[in-house]
Amino acid sequence: MKTRSALLLGSLGAALVAFALTSPQVIAADKVDPVADAKAFQNFFFQKFPDVKHEDFVNGPYSMNADMKRQWQEKEEFPPYEFALDAGKEMFATPFKNGKTYADCFPNGGIGIRQNYPYFDEKEGKVVTLELALNRCREANGEQPYSYVKDEMASLTAYMAFTSRGKPMDIKVPDDPRALAAFENGKRYFYTRRGQMNFSCASCHVQSPGERIRAEVLAPALGILNAMPIYRSEWSGMGTTSRRFVTCNSQTRAVPLEPQADEYRDVEYFLSYVANGLPISGPGARP
Amino acid sequence: MKRSLPLAMLLALSLAPAARAANEADYRAAYATAEAASKEAAGLRNQWTVTVSALAAARKAADGGDFDRATAAAGEAEALAKASIFQATTEKEAWKAMEIR
Repeated sequence: MKTRSALLLGSLGAALVAFALTSPQVIAADKVDPVADAKAFQNFFFQKFPDVKHEDFVNGPYSMNADMKRQWQEKEEFPPYEFALDAGKEMFATPFKNGKTYADCFPNGGIGIRQNYPYFDEKEGKVVTLELALNRCREANGEQPYSYVKDEMASLTAYMAFTSRGKPMDIKVPDDPRALAAFENGKRYFYTRRGQMNFSCASCHVQSPGERIRAEVLAPALGILNAMPIYRSEWSGMGTTSRRFVTCNSQTRAVPLEPQADEYRDVEYFLSYVANGLPISGPGARP
Repeated sequence: MKRSLPLAMLLALSLAPAARAANEADYRAAYATAEAASKEAAGLRNQWTVTVSALAAARKAADGGDFDRATAAAGEAEALAKASIFQATTEKEAWKAMEIR
């Protein structure tokens, strides 16, 4: 009987020690740590594609395929987004009916600030994207908001991105539980499979960058938003970040969320943060 | 022998469950079940485009009076909606397996 009790006590003690040793690791793995996530994310791509210059990831499929890159570089002499860029510049400078302009709504008059969007608005407790900020600016000045997926929004963001070209992405995640939750929610959205095709964003842009899906070469997730907005030959026009998310969802046969839904804002926050340090290259052009 | 074969076939046919055509009540029941599952999927923010299409096809067939096709399409919509619910439920944890760490 004494032997049995000793064995029982010994086993219980060993189990407690094992639990005590493993539980801190479990807690550590569940803690939201954007810095560690960004480091791991970037390292994954740098190691997977050691021959790609780090700043080249923002050029999407062109960083993965030399032939495509040469064709794109030639196209850049007369880029297909040029009309949108010119239109955006003019729209940006044109006053609203009340005489104010977009410059009145943004830091530094809206010039060279693209790399700081999206940001976490501590007052609202939510992520604010550049597209959302532009429409809020319009509404605050008595104008109708633009569609998040159509030409006007793409033109405006194209011009603002252009004024930030070459500047490193610089997104902050403040030490605020709501900001950390938004980052984590964006990460969850990015990795979650959806639609009848059972694809997550990561299925294409983490597992298979550089591979073909039908005629297209898949872009790496790292720096994928640095080139937004983009002219896509497939769309025969410009597209915003919102349009990109909506289209990706449809392609997996998932019903897209409404543009600027919390999930889309959060995934934009996550993807932009993990690309910190990589240059803004928008507006971009894609096949 | 020659006479027994048709008789046996007749007997087999008479015993087989009669495959009757679906009526409007069948369609309405199938559609209500499918729609409920579809709403549950939408509530999980994981509606599939094919579910929406199957529901629309069911309505279209019912409008044309083809309740066989309408009931079948509603059944397909229900199956798709249930698959999307299963996906959303399992992905609550499964997404972590894909995460870059």
